[in-house]
Amino acid sequence: MAALTRDALASAGEEPFVHAQPNGEKRLELSVPEAHCAACMRAIEGALTQLDGVTGARVNLSTRKVAVTWRGAAQSAGSVVTALDRAGFAATPFDPAADDAAADEDGRFLIRCLGLAAFGAGNVMMYSVAVWAGLGGEMGLGTRTVFHAISGLISIPITLYAGQPFYRSAWKALKAGRANMDVPISLAVLLSLALSIYQTAIGAAYAYFDASVTLLFFLLIGRVLDNRLRARARGAARALLGLQSATARLLTDAGAVKTIAARDIAAGDRLVVMPGERIPVDGVVEAGASDLDLAMVSGESVPSAVMPGARVGAGAMNMGARLEIRATATIDSSLVAELVRIIEAGEQNRSAYVRLADKAARLYVPIVHTIAFAVFVGWWALADNGFAQAVHNAVATLIITCPCALGLAVPATQVVAVGRLLKRNVLVKSGDALERLAQAKIAVLDKTGTLTLGRPELVDRADEAVLADAARLARASRHPLAEALVRAAGAGPMAAAHEVPGLGMEAEIDGEVWRLGRGVWLGAQGATTDALELWFRRGAAAPVRFLFRDAPRPDMKIFVDGLKARGLQVHLLSGDRRAVATALAADLGIDHVAAEVMPADKVDYLTRLGAGGAKVLMVGDGLNDAPALAAAHVSVAPASAADAAQAAADFILIGAPLSPILEAIDVSRAARRRVLEGFGFSAVYNVIAIPFGAAGFVTPLIAAIAMSGSSIVVVLNALRLMGGRAR
Amino acid sequence: MNALVILVPAALFLGLGALVAFLWSLKGDQYEDLEGAAWRVLVEDEEDKVPAADPAPGGR
Repeated sequence: MAALTRDALASAGEEPFVHAQPNGEKRLELSVPEAHCAACMRAIEGALTQLDGVTGARVNLSTRKVAVTWRGAAQSAGSVVTALDRAGFAATPFDPAADDAAADEDGRFLIRCLGLAAFGAGNVMMYSVAVWAGLGGEMGLGTRTVFHAISGLISIPITLYAGQPFYRSAWKALKAGRANMDVPISLAVLLSLALSIYQTAIGAAYAYFDASVTLLFFLLIGRVLDNRLRARARGAARALLGLQSATARLLTDAGAVKTIAARDIAAGDRLVVMPGERIPVDGVVEAGASDLDLAMVSGESVPSAVMPGARVGAGAMNMGARLEIRATATIDSSLVAELVRIIEAGEQNRSAYVRLADKAARLYVPIVHTIAFAVFVGWWALADNGFAQAVHNAVATLIITCPCALGLAVPATQVVAVGRLLKRNVLVKSGDALERLAQAKIAVLDKTGTLTLGRPELVDRADEAVLADAARLARASRHPLAEALVRAAGAGPMAAAHEVPGLGMEAEIDGEVWRLGRGVWLGAQGATTDALELWFRRGAAAPVRFLFRDAPRPDMKIFVDGLKARGLQVHLLSGDRRAVATALAADLGIDHVAAEVMPADKVDYLTRLGAGGAKVLMVGDGLNDAPALAAAHVSVAPASAADAAQAAADFILIGAPLSPILEAIDVSRAARRRVLEGFGFSAVYNVIAIPFGAAGFVTPLIAAIAMSGSSIVVVLNALRLMGGRAR
Repeated sequence: MNALVILVPAALFLGLGALVAFLWSLKGDQYEDLEGAAWRVLVEDEEDKVPAADPAPGGR
């Protein structure tokens, strides 16, 4: 993928990702998913600062991005990617869009609010503690009122400013006729502020200034954590989308090749597709012969040969020689675009998922507000000094039941879980993906590229001498089967072979003609077109067959057993031929197999599985899996997956092994347990606290201890996820 | 109680100082890469390295 991006960029006339800075420098940001340690940081920055004209390179390990600045024309996006590639890091340029900057500003605003609230909470508490300590009578009325006034001076501006995220959200919800968690929060904060001002004005003993500021402080911690998580998830999604900004090579009437954006292709355009590139739009081959890798498109593991006149679909990878095709569709009407539409439909389906916190809020808000109202009415009707007492107790109830712990439980747990998974090379694209993964009961696995590496491997190496001879020809080829042959044979000499397009390699050695390629071309008996095979022939000798298979991932057996041990029902869903799929399923002990499945049918298969109410986890990598990944309740894609598949998935695996998925399942289940524990704790706390508030026993001291205590308990419980085994 | 006249402003002044320092660090992008900062102390700066011996011929 890196090579493809690099080639596309190196030949692109303009520089779509490079931004000119006010000081005349050029700036480029790249996503480097493999950067994870001090050595990586040093290697990347070292490699970049050595380049001509580069004035600065800085790695951000939290976001796994590099920002490079340079002067002059010595560098380009392509040359920077090439330099990183040489240093051993695959990099993708990306464009920090305008909405990213706005989101960044939101994050900074939240942190500023948090800083202000922290200052306010700390300083107001100094006076509050003094007042509480002096309640026995040592403190004079005058001093107390002065202290209340100072507290007010600090907390009024801070509460009004730092509470804005909550007020805005609550107001938006109320205008839409809904009530979210921010409504009781805003009410509690603002009412306690108003009550405190009133109490200070009449010189009363109780003021809740500390409560309103401390409440905001704790809630803002939750908000900041949540914002960081979202920003990270958005960054991951954007880095993946960056890969989709594809270019194409247009063959002009004058015979020149011009690089254009793939979306500008019109039907009838003549395009050049070099080896290693994907076919941008559906079309017909006009010149050249080659093999196309359809693994990403259909899941088929055997490459298909194309000749002039053959119809080719978008997304297929050209593996052999240069092809010229005439586009028969634009990018919007191509197979890929069709898949993208199915993906979008699936994602809309998924957005119907209600996050745990919102479910809790729907239950919580009406109950608490009804109770507070009942307290108000009760005291007004029954107590002697009616109205003032009623207001005080109703507000005290709202303050003490403020959903502080509820607001912290989910973000704190998710931040810890996502951080832990990132260390295990699992990228989580959204917080609620963890909640959904915890619910999965059925795992549906794709075959090619998911359970296997999508890379051929030599099966039988009968005759070492023949293998060594064949490898001499194979070393001159870039065909994946030839490369697999070379991997099996090891290092050795390369023959002066030339490629016969679409057929194989040919060389003249010791007066004999040696050929490596298709069985038909070599006149072999029993040559087939539906197996991964290469034939080799020396002069007049009988042709020898080399058989290949799609290399399995090293830990796929452990992975499948692990899924079963966690109580998931495992299904194998493949676009490949039935014989191949069932053989693999038998090997792995998978009972449910569906083979030769078309992309749209994969979605149907998932829908049928999910119809019984079971939540489905989909693991897949191909373009043909992307709609299924989007339609599944939760989905995982390896980093080698097609761009669309990565965009549609909730989790991305950075390394080759599959077993991090098992850890992700464990962590997500543990996280769900922690969140539910947090909710349970909040419920118990409220059941105890509400009678106190209703009875009028809530002094500012009790409110402060109860709120801080409950928040700290919830956060500590979330932190338990960090270490040890996730159970 | 007269001590309060000095102590209260002093406490507020210190607190505000900390707040200003925090907002300043926020403005200076100090919270952009929390993980990288921890690793960065382990990386030697290029300019702090002992220069390599002169590779001129005839040295040894």
